[in-house]
Amino acid sequence: MQTAGDAAPLELCIESKTYLSADGTPVEVVRGLKLRLEAGSFGALIGPSGCGKTTILRIAAGLDPDFRGEIRTPGAGRLGIVFQEPRLLPWRTVEQNIRLALPAGDSAADLTELVDILGLGSHLARYPGELSLGLARRTAIARAFAGRPDFLLLDEPFVSLDQAIADRLRDELVALTTRTRVTTLFVTHDLDEAIQLSDRLFLLCDRPTRIIAEKSLPPSRGKRDKDIVASIGDEMRRLVSQMAAG
Amino acid sequence: MTRIYSLAILIAGWALAAALVQSRLLPGPLTVGTTMLADLRSGELPFHMACTLGRVIISFAIAMILGIVAGYAMGRSKTADRYADPWLTVLLNMPALVTIIFAYIWIGLNETAAILAVAVNKLPNVIVIMREGARALDPELDEMARAFKFSLLTRVRHVTIPQFAPYLAACSRSGLSIVWKIVLVVELIGRPNGVGFVLGSAFSLFDMAQILSYAICFIVLMLVIEGYLVQPLERRANRWRRRPA
Repeated sequence: MQTAGDAAPLELCIESKTYLSADGTPVEVVRGLKLRLEAGSFGALIGPSGCGKTTILRIAAGLDPDFRGEIRTPGAGRLGIVFQEPRLLPWRTVEQNIRLALPAGDSAADLTELVDILGLGSHLARYPGELSLGLARRTAIARAFAGRPDFLLLDEPFVSLDQAIADRLRDELVALTTRTRVTTLFVTHDLDEAIQLSDRLFLLCDRPTRIIAEKSLPPSRGKRDKDIVASIGDEMRRLVSQMAAG
Repeated sequence: MTRIYSLAILIAGWALAAALVQSRLLPGPLTVGTTMLADLRSGELPFHMACTLGRVIISFAIAMILGIVAGYAMGRSKTADRYADPWLTVLLNMPALVTIIFAYIWIGLNETAAILAVAVNKLPNVIVIMREGARALDPELDEMARAFKFSLLTRVRHVTIPQFAPYLAACSRSGLSIVWKIVLVVELIGRPNGVGFVLGSAFSLFDMAQILSYAICFIVLMLVIEGYLVQPLERRANRWRRRPA
């Protein structure tokens, strides 16, 4: 297991990202975005729906080389990713889905602990089509952690789950990221969720998007009670409205 | 059980018609059965069936391999599709007989020509189906595979082939039926052995008993291949789908 000391920080510098819309006109999604996240910490990108959060995540994951700028990812580049939709292979069982993401030499790794934390133990032999959305999301999270990533990306992994399940999954995510000390970038449109989970907040504006405010949160994440979350939330909202006014 | 009854009724009807007509041109099941047994014992029938089956397998394999490659390329690349589409249309609409005659004239009356002629007849059908398969590949799963750095082998085996499976099943089933029908024509025109050749010579002698016995044996063989090879493979590929409630 790695510690915070032996990895470089995540550095994203996207000068500009443009794509062609369906009718052929170029749309600029990101302009002048600079982000630095210390190794081993948990950062949240928060912004309105459709502002380009997923675009930034895809660039950070190396899935989209078509942009102007530079990225430096932490560690040896072992990436774990959880997409908005679980994106499991429907023709492989839960266990096969998790194992396929393991690095080549490590395909027999012991997954018991990970599977236990996520409560997947009794579902390993099932196919994704037989799972609830909550279980499918858990499988996707297990897949992301299975390869012991040194860089983790999560794209709104808790949307359209009911509150109780989403809360449990958040706790599990906090437990897993704390244990593995993996540098994590988490995308969400839910400010309270972001405050609850992360060490550092990055607020995005509408497209073309960039970071309009950053804030480091006091420890320890995952254990903040409702009042603290609410007060930080109010502070952030005030900050955003001030920036919008100025 | 119903199948057996239905088959028994068919044979009984045949026997009745043959008994009523009393003609060389419609021998009864018994006559055909005796001819079949005699041909089986002499080794004639297994030999010709084996010749035909060999041609079916080889030309089927060639058409599938070329068709999968071409169909994949055309489904993934717009340029390839634009260039190759007119050729595909020509191939699709070329009468089987024309291809067969061209092959025999240009390549000669030999095995290569026979097998190629059959493969070319089946090829456009595979290309059309596999092109649809390649167009339907899920880009999101592709992205997932890239993000987790799947090896090429893993990607082909676990991501691409399972998505192709229904298309592969569709073109092997429709393809097998095209291939074995055309193989007989090819043999009739230009081969000294195989079921098509025997049917041709029996035709010139009006030997209905032999024609029926070969035709029945061949149909049975194809049904066995379909039921014991193609369908189980299809079921295996589909076992992850949720059973309808």
